[in-house]
Parts: sequence; C-alpha cells; structure tokens
Amino acid sequence: MALRILRKGLIFLVSLGVASVVVFAFMAVLPGDPARVALGTNATPEAVAQMHERYGTDRPVLVQYWDWVSGLATGDFGRSYVSGAEIGPQILDRLQVTLWLVLSGMLVALLIALPLGVAAAMRHRHLSGTLLSGFSQLGVAVPNFLVGIMLITLFAVHLRWLPSGGWTAPAEDPGAFARRLVLPAVSLGLVQGAILTRYVRSAILDVLREDYLRTARAKGMRPYQALVRHGLRNAAIPVVTVLALQLATLLIGAVVIERVFVIPGLGSLLLDGVGNRDLLLVQGVVMVLVLAVLLLNFVVDVLYTALDPRIRMAAR
Amino acid sequence: MSTVALPRLSAPIMACVLVLGTGCSAGSGDDSSLSIGFTAEPASLDFTTDDGVAIPEVLLTNVYEGLVELAPDGGIQPALADSWEVSDDRRTYTFELNSDVTFSNGESFTAEDVKFSIERAQEEWTISLADVMDVVDTVEVVSPTEVTVELSEPSNAWLYAMTTRVGAMFTPTGVDNLDTEPVGTGPYEVADWTRGDSITLQRRADYWGEQPATETVEFRYFDDENALTNAMLTGDLDVISALAAAESLDQFTGDDQYQVIEGTTNGEVVLGLNHERDALSDRRVRQAIAHAIDQEALLETVWAGHGELIGSMVPPTDPWYEDLSEVHPHDPDRAEDLLEEADAEDLTLDFPVPNLPYAMDTARVVQSDLEDVGITAEIEPLEFPAVWLEDVFTGHDYDMTVIQHSEGRDMPTFADPDYYWGYDNEDVQDLLAEADRSGGEEQTEHMAEAAELLAEDVAAVFLYLQPMLIVADSGVEGLPDNRVSESFDVTPLSRS
Repeated sequence: MALRILRKGLIFLVSLGVASVVVFAFMAVLPGDPARVALGTNATPEAVAQMHERYGTDRPVLVQYWDWVSGLATGDFGRSYVSGAEIGPQILDRLQVTLWLVLSGMLVALLIALPLGVAAAMRHRHLSGTLLSGFSQLGVAVPNFLVGIMLITLFAVHLRWLPSGGWTAPAEDPGAFARRLVLPAVSLGLVQGAILTRYVRSAILDVLREDYLRTARAKGMRPYQALVRHGLRNAAIPVVTVLALQLATLLIGAVVIERVFVIPGLGSLLLDGVGNRDLLLVQGVVMVLVLAVLLLNFVVDVLYTALDPRIRMAAR
Repeated sequence: MSTVALPRLSAPIMACVLVLGTGCSAGSGDDSSLSIGFTAEPASLDFTTDDGVAIPEVLLTNVYEGLVELAPDGGIQPALADSWEVSDDRRTYTFELNSDVTFSNGESFTAEDVKFSIERAQEEWTISLADVMDVVDTVEVVSPTEVTVELSEPSNAWLYAMTTRVGAMFTPTGVDNLDTEPVGTGPYEVADWTRGDSITLQRRADYWGEQPATETVEFRYFDDENALTNAMLTGDLDVISALAAAESLDQFTGDDQYQVIEGTTNGEVVLGLNHERDALSDRRVRQAIAHAIDQEALLETVWAGHGELIGSMVPPTDPWYEDLSEVHPHDPDRAEDLLEEADAEDLTLDFPVPNLPYAMDTARVVQSDLEDVGITAEIEPLEFPAVWLEDVFTGHDYDMTVIQHSEGRDMPTFADPDYYWGYDNEDVQDLLAEADRSGGEEQTEHMAEAAELLAEDVAAVFLYLQPMLIVADSGVEGLPDNRVSESFDVTPLSRS
C-alpha cells in the first residue's frame, strides 16, 4: 500500500510539473502585450520597452519560466504586471471567498442529494422514483450560471427578497454575509445536488441488492429500517468519494458563479487578470486551481485505498 | 488604510426578508452615503504608470486636484490655483495658489508641491499622456503661494492637460505607495478598497474648500452589464454611472423611482479607416463609405436614438464645435457612383472590431449599409483591449475598425502620421500645430478649420458621440449634465 501511495504521490508531482509548463506556455502564446494594455492607446514604443524591462518580460522565455516556477516552489507568486502588488496575498484573500462558496454549495448539494437519492432508490420501481431521477437528469443538464441568472431574476429583481450580488466578509457583517451567500450557494448546490442525487441513488440501489440486506428484510425489517441499520454505511464509501471529486467541480463552478453574482473570489480575479493581460497573476490563479484539483484527486485516491480492502487487494 | 463599516440598514432588510416580498431598497433613508455602479475596476490606483481610465474616474477631483479643472461646459476654471495669468508671448503662466490647502496626510500644499508634481510628471510618469509636459521648460517657486511655469513654446494643449490627471498635485511625502494609497488635496480620501468589488471614498474633515454633502461614496464594480442593472433594480445601487447598452434603459424609463440623465461625453465613436491601405488611400472610396452609412438610423439602432451626430472629432462642449454631420449625407447612389469612379466596385475590407457592445452593434449596421453599395466588410470580433491594441492599434493590421476615442480634445491624433489611422495630411498638421501655439479666437478658428478638413477628407467616418446615460434613484441630486472630464466628480452629489 505504501508503494501505491508513493506512486500516486509521484504522479501528483509530475502532473503538477506538466501543468506548470502548459499554463506557462499558454500564457506565452496568448495574444496581447501586458505592457500595451497597461499603457493604453497613447503608448510610445519607448514606454512599452521600458515597461518590459521593468517587469523582466524582455528576458528569454526559459529564464522567465524558471524564475516563476522556482518562486512558486517557495510560495512566491511574484508581483502583478498591472498593479505592482504582490500576487500571493491577493490569491489567499480571494481563495477564502471562493471556499465559502464551495462549502456552502456543497452543503446545499448534500441537503438535496441525500433525501432525494435515497427516496429515488427506494422507490425506483414507482412513478415517483422515476420522476425524481428525471429531475436529477434535468439538473445535470442545466449549467449553474443559468440557474444563477434565473434565481436572481426571481428572488432579487422581482421578489426583492435577497440581494442580486456582491460580497460582505463574514467578520464585517454576518447578516449581510449570509444574505449575499444564499443565492450563489443555491445556484451552485442545485446543479451539484442533482448530479450527486444520481450517485446516491445508484449506491443505495447497489446496497439494496446485497445479500445482507435481503437477509435483514427476511428477518422482518421494513425496507427503510434495513437500509438505515445496515445499508447506509456501505453506501457511503462511493458517495464520499464522489463528493470529494465533486469539490473540484464545485471549485470550477464557483469561478463561473462569481461572475454572475459579482463576487470577488478567485474566478473574478482570474477574469480580470485575463482582461488586463496580467500574466503572472493569471498563471498564479490557474496553478492554485490546478493544485487544488490534483490534491483532491490524490487525497481521494489514498483514502479510497485505505478504506476499501477490495481496492487494496486489487492494487497488489 | 482602515476598513469603513458601511451604514447599511441590516435590520430593515432583515425585516423585509422576513415579511417576504415587500419592495425594499437598501440605500434609501440614509443621506450620507451613496453607492455608484461602474463597469470597469481600476487595476491599480496609480495613474502615473497605468493608463486605465477607471483610475482618474474615481480619483481625479475627488481625491486628487489640479491647479485648474474642467467646468461642465468644457471651459477651464480655477481649482487649487485661485487665479492665473498668461504672459503676452503666452509662454509664462503665473499661478496664485489657494492657501490653507492640505493633503490627506496632513502636509500643506505649497508652490514647492507644484514644482515637484510637474517635474515628477516629466521624469517619473511612464504613461505617454505625460508627454504633454515635455513643453515645460522650468517651474519656478516665487513664494509659497505663487509659482510660474515657463513653456518652451506656447501651448494650449498644456493648460488643458493640466485639468486632466497629468495636472494632479502630489506631495513628496505621499508618493511611496501610489498604487494603493493615493494622497491628494481633494475632498475625499480612499478609505477602503475591496479588490474585485468596491472602492470606498470617505469625506475629509480638513478639506480646504466647501465640504461635499455625502460622507461616504462607494464605487462598486460590475464586469457584467446585467449584474449592474440588477443591482440598481434591487436597490443595491443609487446611481449607474454609465449605461453601456441602450436596451438596459427600458427598465428604468417610465418608472418614477428612477431618473435617467442624458448628456454628452467626449467619446467620439469613429469608423477608423487605414490610410496605408491602397483602396482607402483613395479619397473617393472613403467618401463613398461615408455616404453609404445612414448615421441617423445607426444611432437609432445602436442607442435607441440617444447620442449625437457630430460629423467630426469635436464634441459640442468644445468651443470650436460645429455640426458637420451633413458633410457627407446618407446617399447610397452617390456612394455607388464614387466607387465606380474610383474603380473600386466589389471591394472587400477587413473589419476587426473590439468585442464591446456598442462597437459590435455599430459594426453590424455599418456592415449592412456598406453591403447595399457593394462593399463587403468582414467583421472580426477582437478581444478588447489586449488583442485589439496589438492587432489594430499597434500592428495597423486592419482596413476599418470601430472604436470610441474618449480623451478630451483628441483631434491632434490626426496630425501624427504614425498613429494607427496612418493619416498624413500636411494641411491638417499645420493647422493643428498653429492652433496649439495661438491663443483665443485664433485657436478656435484653426481648430474649427482642421475639423472641417478632416470631415471633408473623410480622415475617418465620425459616426456619433457616445451618449452619457446615467440612471439614478429619483432622490439623488447634483448629477452632471455632461461628462467632459476623466473624473466622475462625486462632490456635488446629495440625496434629498
């Protein structure tokens, strides 16, 4: 098992390295010169050259890459081309906002998926179960930004129950924080919840077919009783795995939702950076996102191996 | 920098949430704070190294002041300078400064700061707007409240530039962290900047002039036009500084809760023509293009009739304005004749356009008008600003483009043959140079003549002037009639 974890760790590191090359290369071929964008329509060639010199963008690409990667390894993201501010603290600030979104979205998803998934599985032969599956199919097909726009139109613009967007830090005003979090969290959670419902349903269905559950039923337990007593824990393993992987999807979904709700998280930082051709900033944000996704995958892999003896056996 | 807790009305809003469904407006009832929506956030607060227009929009006049400023009618009026005199040879300017002016870091403002600021613009500023300071020979401190500026040659452009960000006054002790901590003499200081969200200005207690009515003004930033109008509709905003698309307007007109203010700007929307291209170097082809476009219909389509036809590079707020929109009236037959004369039938033109709502909408109308006279315009949307700047502006790789030129008094770009229009006309160059050297009436005459020449020669097709469309709560007062400055001046704003 140690060998397996070591191998996974190695794959994680190599993936990270490859991602850094790809991210850097993508930025290098992106049209648009950061100095031009900062200096605008009146820029003289001298001013542009001066700007390049100041930010070191006139050096060979390999030197720039090495500087960047070795900086990253020590947690130094460099300084923004446009504002001159340090990038690391900015990313950290924005990451906190995005994490609130992701976690609250996950909570909403769970609140939807657990009851619906169980109900859909238990009643899979009935019309209501089919309807529930249908609902989750629909949810999977709808992009979360569209859900966001619809929620804003209904609850913010027409009913005026909640704000249409913006952000307040929880420490500043908990009430305003909560009000502003509701709609984005629901937009993220609805879609993720629909996806998760399907996994919960099939995990429960699998468990229902197991011998031990049939035995429990034979002993006279009612279906829900048997499931709660014996089935849920077993159904949890695949669901928890999916949940962890979904965190990565949620993180990416949050990037889009931030745009719709004008929330100053990583997503809006990324988009502003792209617009301003603030390349170091964009590279930094993308690497943080890549790191988060790879790390989640790695952790899930390891936990999965540790938890389920069958996988451990298969890995030998 | 301290964080300012905004006096938001949490309790009433909570009540509204509980009572479900009653219309409630977050801003109303509090007359000492205003929240204004904008579409572009500054990347930094340092307008000496970053060209972005969003920076002077929030900082100029509100946080930084200059010796002179632009009046709403486009004239130049006193600000930090109480008065000024110009020598007969128009090369020496003597400014009398207001006393008792302090910077937000407590320093007094004196003639030394004027010298420091102008020399700093010459030496340290990296944005090329500062090139206008090249004409300054010396700055001499006569007394703490008197300063003379000697120019190497007379220049009207210089005094005008002193009303823009280039003329902003700094103190030597306040320039260390310009990108985050601006220090100016204005009535407000930056109290908080939540990146990606808002900048909060706080009224200064020790301001030298008249105190503005509103204590805190929040500039809130929205990348998305829908999010901006939604925030206004839900009562989260008191003012939308500029609507980017006319279709958003319908939601506010005819509702007593809102006021819509329409005025002019300095933003000429221009169909830029690349004179370095063979077909377009022929004046008849350019005239044909001008005749082919129905500008009135275009304005109707793109801006629902708001905005103004100008026909030249001059907004109505400049002294040498003249309506030149009828120099090449809409006349498709004439256009076809001209194309035939020039032997340019079946012309196909590259038409890269910034992917901004007004530019794309405008380009589509132009494309269809040109098609009617046999010109094929191939629209290619380009990401703005990065790709447009690289391909069109720097690379001159285009036949036609649509772009708004929003700097004030920007006609002199037509005197620079290396500028992306590639327009090289000695008569225009002489007239503009002469206008900058001469004073009063003579300047006005030369500028007007240059504008006419540009229109007749179709140096570009001057499509229309971008309208200023402000939406505000009906109770907000003191909003501008026109936008002529780089600044969004919040000092006259109040709520009844």
